Amino acid sequence: MHMLRRDKKDEEDGGSSNPFQNMEKSSVLQEARIFNETPIKPRKCCHILTKIMYILNQGEHIGTTEATETFFAMTKLFQSNDVMLRRMVYLVIKEMANIAEDVIIVTSSLTKDMTGKEDMYRAAAIRALCKITDTTMLQGLERYMKQAIVDKVHSVSSAALASSLHLLSQSPDVVKRWVNEAQEAATSDNVMVQYHALGLIYHIRKNDRLAITKLVGKYTRGGLKSPYATCMLIRIASKLLEDDDAGNDSPLFDFIEGCLRHKSEMVIYEAAHAIVNMKNTTARELAPAVSVLQLFLSSPKPTLRFAATKTLNRVAMTHPAAVTACNLDLENLITDVNRSIATLAITTLLKTGSEGSVERLMKQISTFMSEISDEFKVVVVQAVRSLCTKFPRKHGVMMSFLSSMLRDEGGFEYKRAIVDSVIVIIEENPEAKEAGLAHLCEFIEDCEHTSLATRILHLLGREGPRTQNPSKYIRFIFNRVILESAAIRAAAVSSLAKFGAHCEALLPSVIVLLKRCLLDGDDEVRDRATFYLRVLEQQQKALNSAYILNGLSVSIVGLERALHHYTLSPSETPFDIKSVPLETQPITEQKKPDMLPSSRPAEKPSAPAQEIYAEQLAAIPEFASLGPLFKSSKPVELTESETEYMVRCIKHTFANNIVFQFDCTNTLNDQLLENVTVQMESGDGFETVCQVPAACLKYNQPGVTYTCVSMPEDATSVTGTFTNTLKFIVKDCDPNTGEADDDGYEDEYVLEDIEITVADHVQRVMKPNFLASWEEVGEDNEVDETFALSAKTLEEAVSNIIGFLGMQPCERSDKVNEGKSSHTLCLAGVFRGGHDALVRAKLVLQDTVTMQITVRSTDPTVSEVISCAVG
Amino acid sequence: MGGFFSRIFSGLFGSKELRILILGLDGAGKTTILYRLHVGEVVTTIPTIGFNVETVKYGNIKFQVWDLGGQTSIRPYWRCYYSNTDAIIYVVDSSDKERMGISKSELVAMLEEEELKNALLLVMANKQDMEGALTHTQVAHDLGLSALRHRKYQIFKTSALKGEGLEEAMQWLVSELKTAQ
Repeated sequence: MHMLRRDKKDEEDGGSSNPFQNMEKSSVLQEARIFNETPIKPRKCCHILTKIMYILNQGEHIGTTEATETFFAMTKLFQSNDVMLRRMVYLVIKEMANIAEDVIIVTSSLTKDMTGKEDMYRAAAIRALCKITDTTMLQGLERYMKQAIVDKVHSVSSAALASSLHLLSQSPDVVKRWVNEAQEAATSDNVMVQYHALGLIYHIRKNDRLAITKLVGKYTRGGLKSPYATCMLIRIASKLLEDDDAGNDSPLFDFIEGCLRHKSEMVIYEAAHAIVNMKNTTARELAPAVSVLQLFLSSPKPTLRFAATKTLNRVAMTHPAAVTACNLDLENLITDVNRSIATLAITTLLKTGSEGSVERLMKQISTFMSEISDEFKVVVVQAVRSLCTKFPRKHGVMMSFLSSMLRDEGGFEYKRAIVDSVIVIIEENPEAKEAGLAHLCEFIEDCEHTSLATRILHLLGREGPRTQNPSKYIRFIFNRVILESAAIRAAAVSSLAKFGAHCEALLPSVIVLLKRCLLDGDDEVRDRATFYLRVLEQQQKALNSAYILNGLSVSIVGLERALHHYTLSPSETPFDIKSVPLETQPITEQKKPDMLPSSRPAEKPSAPAQEIYAEQLAAIPEFASLGPLFKSSKPVELTESETEYMVRCIKHTFANNIVFQFDCTNTLNDQLLENVTVQMESGDGFETVCQVPAACLKYNQPGVTYTCVSMPEDATSVTGTFTNTLKFIVKDCDPNTGEADDDGYEDEYVLEDIEITVADHVQRVMKPNFLASWEEVGEDNEVDETFALSAKTLEEAVSNIIGFLGMQPCERSDKVNEGKSSHTLCLAGVFRGGHDALVRAKLVLQDTVTMQITVRSTDPTVSEVISCAVG
Repeated sequence: MGGFFSRIFSGLFGSKELRILILGLDGAGKTTILYRLHVGEVVTTIPTIGFNVETVKYGNIKFQVWDLGGQTSIRPYWRCYYSNTDAIIYVVDSSDKERMGISKSELVAMLEEEELKNALLLVMANKQDMEGALTHTQVAHDLGLSALRHRKYQIFKTSALKGEGLEEAMQWLVSELKTAQ
């Protein structure tokens, strides 16, 4: 929080009081050589160890060789009996355990310290030892660990329990044997030991539902003195309740409710927190928990006030009634001296408030916006964003509030949250668009964050040309060309070009402006300007659409690789952009208008699984002649889980073939499968071309076999169903050694069917300006059909159509406005072979949904195939 | 003034710690010898993964004694601890006739190290209490000690378990180190 509050100035001169600043890694490691000297100088060595810790924690990378050298030098420090130095050594051992090699060299020394007489060493030595050990070593240490768990010194016992918990993920089988010792430790009268013991027992038994139920049953009847352990038990119990979907008449619920009357505030809060967060609680069950939270709201302890407000803030949307009961207390907290509490109180009130109270609360909050940290400002921004979704009519107030926040001081995260919110509001509420764009224009006039400025320029380029009065944005954009850094200038040039491409009236002025950019000092800016000028001067809609408004739809990584390959093997033929894999569009789920601030981070662009597949397939000689991979499907399971053989299938579509990849796992430990293939039969004209068998399937070691089929001769029949049989030679083998008999016999295993749908032939492509693409493709190959769909609602129809066609919804047309009886869905994609395909589906809802579908494509067959797919 | 002089004198010999390495194959009895020297009794030991280090006082000399693990996997790390070593105690299990050859080659390889050029060598023909143990002359022969040149060495028969022979061996070491100073 502190970090966030520091504004830019602090960051520049900040840390001048930090003695470790400007340390060089190499000089520190050089200094570490003094460890080899005798006699040891404990103070000096401690200081150097501190420096090493510091550079490690700054994220500095230390190579394996230098780390190992330093580590071994450090082991010499074990000859000193200086307590401070030894404890420092433990810390650094833990830090370096994963960087240096052969760290097991300190095993004996640590074992001695952990069992020795010096209590100051023991706990820390256990922690360090568990960091450097592995499963085989651990077995040798087992005896000592068991003793340590039940040691009468609390710190030793706690350290052993907590370390065991860490070891559990790495050596589960060994640690599981220590459960008796852990149970003994759980009877300790020390609060921490009991807490750690319960934690370890729980994690050892976590996957055994019956054991956990027993465990909870045992301790809910009493026996836990530690409030920490009780809190943990409440969490375990509420998880059990949630998993079981048990009603609230369960004894577990009674236990949690009983904790509301515990003598420790920590436990009371945990119980209230658990009850409020449960699903399906009735008002009666909620009441005691809420009244506890209400009590905390007026507690003199700021921590309790904070915890209660935060909990209420979280559940404001799921249990508005609970929060409303506390409204009076929350109102009092608006003026709390602790601004974090005040912010949470106001945003909670905002979430539950009526439309009328919004303006009063917003005024209140703006009085102290300057006093709260960025982190809480972001909370406010998120509250405002959700308010906008809830009360679309209030967008005027919200927008001006957000824009005044944009003008205030603040860090990047804060500004980004505001910009995100404005963009979301613009996208969800067309009425707010003009005002929102105006605020953003104003913001980029004085914006120090390059990434935000380029993002806004991109948005202006996309949305600006389609507003009532596009010309007013030109000035803001061109100002960027004059005033800003190269990255922003380049973004501004692209944005300008979009105005020129979309608005004929502005074209002459845009051309003039772009011509000025030809003299820019930066290569990228000049290149962009030159390119856009050339395209614009042609004055062809198709060109504008393809090169300015909608841009490239190929995967950047794929393009880079394809170009690299092309340059490696010079050939006469020009580079074909169609050989580049398309960018896979993440499937955007229908966003629910949820009011909870969605704080989860934006999903990372999914790792290009297709790139990996492409590489694997390219390595198989049989598939070398198939051309570039067009599309890979998601894996489909062809067997139930827990059967003898597990098979899942991935469909790889090529220009004229489909390759089925079968990932097979043999789950029988007494069998060895050889020459494994999948035989595929289809009545739909697909012919099997070749099979690549998996030579050998050992127990639990996945193997891959491929079957390649060719497309039917009739280009319009592209769908079909395959029945599949796994064929192989079985050899019995010894489960222990894996040694197989020499003789085997043929066997087969029936798999589930695989379907090929139109979606397998189409790759999603996002067209930011659908209309321009629609014009670009033209009506040469247009097909028009009308269907009656079985869907009952427009939403259902839309999601079905998207599923069938596997195309990308554009212009946010996957979102159906509520209460409308008609809708237009725009879809874009590329058909196998590189043909653009666009679909405009007009849907009308009477009793069922009627659809008029218009398909345009660069290839007549494609139009036909797609228009038939839905019917 | 008095304090000043006493510091100089103690600095000359008294408090200067001498560095000793105890080496040898696994199970030779290195750790038992270390603790016999350190606390004067037999402790139960487990195979040493890594090292043990203790400060041992003998008369007015302080030794810093490093007992390095003898398992095959640990032996490569011995060299990390060679520098500034004043003496090596090489421990041999006199009853383990089969591995005498391995013990010899480890010893020879170690003595070739530049960093150990000036270190004294004290060989302990340990486990003399075991039935069928080789005599120390036999051990000396098997290790090829007579072939050693430019190195001060001595071999003693010991039994760490019974505490026999250690006294004489340490006596020799102390006096040799004193003359070397």
